[in-house]
Amino acid sequence: MSTVTLTAKGTHELYLEAYNVTPDAFAGKTADEIAGLECHEGNRKGKLGEYFDIDGNGGETAADTQIIVKGNCKKIKRIGQQMTAGEIIVESDCDMYTAGWMKGGKVTVKGNVDSFCGIGMAGGEFIVEGNAQNYLGSAYRGDWRGMTGGLIHVKGNAGNDVATFMRGGKIIIDGDAFLHVCTHGEGGTVVIKGNVESRVGGQMVKGDIYVYGQIKYMMPGFKYVDDVEAEAVEGEKLTFAHYIGDLGERHSKRKGEIIYGNIYLKK
Amino acid sequence: MNELLIRNAYVIDPVNGVNGEIRDITVKDGKIVESVGSRAVVVDAKGHLTLPGGIDSHTHICGTKVNFGRYMSPEDMRAGRGRAQPHMHAVSGYSVPTVYANNYRYSAMGYTTILEGAMAPMEARHTHEEFRHMTLHDTMANTLFDGNWSVMEAIAEGDLKKAAAVVAWTLSAVKGFGLKLTNPGGSEMWGFGKNVSCIHQKVDHFGVTPAEIIEYMIRANELLKLPHSVHLHCNNLGKPGNYKCTLETMNRTPDLNDKRQSLYLTHVQFHSYGGSKWSDLCSKSDDIAWMVNRKPQVAIDMGQVMFGKTTTMTADGPMEFNLYRMYHNKWSNHDVELETASGIIPVFYSRKNLVNSIMWAIGLELALQVKSPWQCMLTTDSPNGAPFVKYPEITALLMSRKYRDEELSRTHPDTEKRTLLHSLDRELDWYDIAVMTRSAQAKALGVTGLGKGHLGVGADADIAIYPVKVGDIDPTVEYEKVIKALSQTEYTIKKGLIVCRNGNCLVEGRNTVYWVDPQVPDEYRLENDPEFIKKFERYYSVKLSNYPVRESYMHENYRIETHPDFD
Repeated sequence: MSTVTLTAKGTHELYLEAYNVTPDAFAGKTADEIAGLECHEGNRKGKLGEYFDIDGNGGETAADTQIIVKGNCKKIKRIGQQMTAGEIIVESDCDMYTAGWMKGGKVTVKGNVDSFCGIGMAGGEFIVEGNAQNYLGSAYRGDWRGMTGGLIHVKGNAGNDVATFMRGGKIIIDGDAFLHVCTHGEGGTVVIKGNVESRVGGQMVKGDIYVYGQIKYMMPGFKYVDDVEAEAVEGEKLTFAHYIGDLGERHSKRKGEIIYGNIYLKK
Repeated sequence: MNELLIRNAYVIDPVNGVNGEIRDITVKDGKIVESVGSRAVVVDAKGHLTLPGGIDSHTHICGTKVNFGRYMSPEDMRAGRGRAQPHMHAVSGYSVPTVYANNYRYSAMGYTTILEGAMAPMEARHTHEEFRHMTLHDTMANTLFDGNWSVMEAIAEGDLKKAAAVVAWTLSAVKGFGLKLTNPGGSEMWGFGKNVSCIHQKVDHFGVTPAEIIEYMIRANELLKLPHSVHLHCNNLGKPGNYKCTLETMNRTPDLNDKRQSLYLTHVQFHSYGGSKWSDLCSKSDDIAWMVNRKPQVAIDMGQVMFGKTTTMTADGPMEFNLYRMYHNKWSNHDVELETASGIIPVFYSRKNLVNSIMWAIGLELALQVKSPWQCMLTTDSPNGAPFVKYPEITALLMSRKYRDEELSRTHPDTEKRTLLHSLDRELDWYDIAVMTRSAQAKALGVTGLGKGHLGVGADADIAIYPVKVGDIDPTVEYEKVIKALSQTEYTIKKGLIVCRNGNCLVEGRNTVYWVDPQVPDEYRLENDPEFIKKFERYYSVKLSNYPVRESYMHENYRIETHPDFD
């Protein structure tokens, strides 16, 4: 695997849209060619070389390309957007749309990320060691086709609107979340190891939400059914109170059984 | 003003009976003239297909409803983005694009006149505001009367002249062009969570039936001598088995006008369904077409459905609610006080879905079975069936049996059992297409006399030159070339000005809004009727004095004055 190291120079005054910082774009390119790839600072088109020091060449394919991003990336958006393979490690904070519409590979952010990260994700792995802001693993605004696959793991807290219109995949949040978790959920799994304020599973018709802490205000559309033992994260078998809902919604049937969205609250 | 000489044009101009003659077209001051001087700007058409500017007689592009579609669909704005250019604004959107996107895309397809299919009178200002920015098109708006309280009260009293007076006052107050009925009676019932079943159920509180509303409105329309006929969206849109309702509506239509139809039925594809539920839905286009063929007093437009993502929007509130119950997706619904209702839902028409496949087939069947192209116009009820940018594909489907068969084989495997598209051999020619996309529209809207939809001397110089030589390609086989040619004109000329060249719009353009102003006798003028004023002030949320769209509010506009005979 070849490694390309980018070091942010911090020369951008506005937010930088680094949508080409992906193994797919870097594959088969030398450091000089990578420096010539396009990016946007505000509405001005620029080259990656203007904003980053670039060291190392890309691998033959996206899968053999690893990208390490150093320096302050707090105002850099769209790192790893639409990537299909390979690996990205960002050693600082990142801005919005990091790992958006990702299809494969792995993105690790060692700091915090802003909103809309992991949006519309279809596959791969996205790990955030710090906190995430709003719309983590959600659908694009207005769209009804959200995350369909892959794994998002946030080791800190997340904001509002986690996993809106989720259809598949898994999101694990080690800390807390605030409002709107898995709204309009149609599949997939969300695990929150901390507490949630409220509006968990609103208009959800399918999928699972595990909460280890407390839900301060439960949605009225959910009903307690029984206690179950389940393994939300591999190797952690726990007892949960099982709720079904959202009962205000239409639910499909499979083999005569009605499918509900599930909330599992740790006992 | 400039003079223009278009040389060597292969002209099809159905209104004047021209079918494929190489000739020169001369333009002066925005009109077609006999001859021009030697200093005229010369455009060489190189023998390419030259048609009058396209007319869309039913589309939804301007107004509150469209705008709500825009802001409930941010995801739609991600599609179809275009950067700003010297004479073009930045655009975005696919099924509910920005105003400028509609403007440029229609122009690039050779269209020059657009009719907004449904304008709620109370919200007319918004439509006119957007019309102002449709700089490359002449525009007009159908005005909704389907749930108008004053109209229904007049009908309940059996007073045709009073009903006509309400229409006359409203049209001239809101600067509307035609009289539109959307699910007559049903949109008023929707205010109470109900609908009408077909045309003989009485509307609550008013005691009138949709059949009476339609008949009175047809007679009022002719009494007022409006250019266009009543424009009807039938009851029971999109319900299996609704074809009976459509047939009866057509059958009851009186023949009152010898120049054009007496009733224009829009997006008839959605009204030609057999069966009793979704699982046994089938095509009844043959029955509908049979009725159209023997009734010169009706004209229809296709309302073709094309596969892909789009947004449905209509004043038919209860129908949109039924759609919501099927899709369970985001949904908007609106009640317009004493007038009408509306609803909006994004949809995806899928080839794999049997119902969608049948809908797709029915639209084409209608166009192929209606014998006279003058009675069946090419539309998608944009964006309900598909965005208007799909028109070239529909044209190609109508011109090529081979293309239809190929597409049919890609739809749901049971489609052939429920439709009869596979049995239709007819392939339309360029002349039929010219009729279905401009001349028939001009005739149906009654604007031929205003210089629309033809290239005779004195007509508006709205001309579209498509990059195709009719003799050089065989549209029955080379359908891809047809699609390519019709998607982008070489020149679109609007009032003598070249506004669009190979898809690039070149100027800001000048556009005119057409509206009607029927002059009724003083005793029938609603502003003199104390009872009407009292009711208006009591039930509307706006003051009567604030209601009309003032002429000073309008951009360039053309007032069509009519002199009805009330005696």
